[in-house]
Amino acid sequence: MNYVADVRALARKDLLLELRARDTLPAMLLFVVATFVVFHFSLPAHSSRLAASGLLWVAIVFTALLGLGRAFVPEREQRVLDGLVLAPCDRSAIWVAKAIATLAFLSAAEVVALPVFALFFHGLRGATVAGMLLADVGICAVGTFLGAMAVATRARDLLLPLLFLPLAIPIVVGGVGASVVAAPGRYLGFLALYDVLFGVLCWASFEYVVTE
Amino acid sequence: MGAVERQYRVPLPVLAVASLVLVTLALALVFFVVPNDADQGFSQRIFYFHVSIAFTAYACFAGGAWKALRHLWKRDPYADLESYVAVHQGIIFGSLVLLTGSIWARISWGHWWLWSEDQLVLFLVLFLFYCAYFMLRFSVDPGPQRANFSAVYALFGVVLIPVSFLAIRIAKHFIHPVVFTSNVTSNLPGSMLWTYCITQVALLVLAYTLYRIELAGKRLDLRLRELRLA
Repeated sequence: MNYVADVRALARKDLLLELRARDTLPAMLLFVVATFVVFHFSLPAHSSRLAASGLLWVAIVFTALLGLGRAFVPEREQRVLDGLVLAPCDRSAIWVAKAIATLAFLSAAEVVALPVFALFFHGLRGATVAGMLLADVGICAVGTFLGAMAVATRARDLLLPLLFLPLAIPIVVGGVGASVVAAPGRYLGFLALYDVLFGVLCWASFEYVVTE
Repeated sequence: MGAVERQYRVPLPVLAVASLVLVTLALALVFFVVPNDADQGFSQRIFYFHVSIAFTAYACFAGGAWKALRHLWKRDPYADLESYVAVHQGIIFGSLVLLTGSIWARISWGHWWLWSEDQLVLFLVLFLFYCAYFMLRFSVDPGPQRANFSAVYALFGVVLIPVSFLAIRIAKHFIHPVVFTSNVTSNLPGSMLWTYCITQVALLVLAYTLYRIELAGKRLDLRLRELRLA
């Protein structure tokens, strides 16, 4: 169970860093609430409830992007990644731990964002929350992976949204489908399929992102 | 790296002549031999190119991903450049899919863009995805890291193609309740099927020829740079 211990130690490090520095989470919270206010003014009166449900997913994807952009910044600034790659642990553990930490931040942001959304717009269905849980896994898995690539490039912060958004389109389809359709089963299944496929792909290929 | 050429079974001039002959044959068949479609008339002839180009683009993306896998798995020293060139050809053919599809949509349904056309929407997503591939590649200095990043991202592409296709399919249920059924390939009469097959082969050979030409050019570039540095 060495792998689990490695992941736990790495994820704990990220959570502790966030707890002490409070870099990411307050920014995500403020961003998502500000986005809701912007959405209120961008939806004309008598817009359907469905439009607001769709925009919720836009807000979540962009909030996630904000957090993902920060995910590997400490590693880059302090050159921690070089040390982690030299450490005698499986390289994919670095990705798993980072994805778990990002997932924790995103879920924490959503714990605040969803009630605020319900307050500002309309109540939420169980399927929306279930879809969001599944989507969070996919967003954090793929986003953390791409974030690790993006910080190593010259363009850095500029690149992550470009890399991430085409891959996030299926997540948005699944999520919006789960929120607006009467029988959301197939959309939740699709989100689960996405998580599994891309999770395995990221897990198997992360080694090549941090090594040469 | 790149100093020794990979040996190919078919020389480039033979490929060039073959693609010239095949493309001419395909054009002749499409414009002069095959009969007009009963429903859509003359404009249906763009189908032969549109569908063949789309399939060729998929083949290029798949080839790029295969070479990417070779790079990561076998450490094939040529595979990185080959993967990049294949993806580059894929995006050229992908843009042509958007162009021909747009023209066809305009003539058949009177709109330049239709969100209800799966193939068009999928190619738009892929176009965005592979444009980001180029941004990524040109944002990293040449070397093993760039090769790895490109390869991994190209592999994401082949997983994204079926996933996006599925996504676009199921998105129709809440975005477009009305579905156009344009399943043209299912029941083609004899001469149409033949014309399609020949056009398809012609475009695949053309794509492979272009791939080889671009590869030769890129290798020459690399070699020149090496000599200049030496």
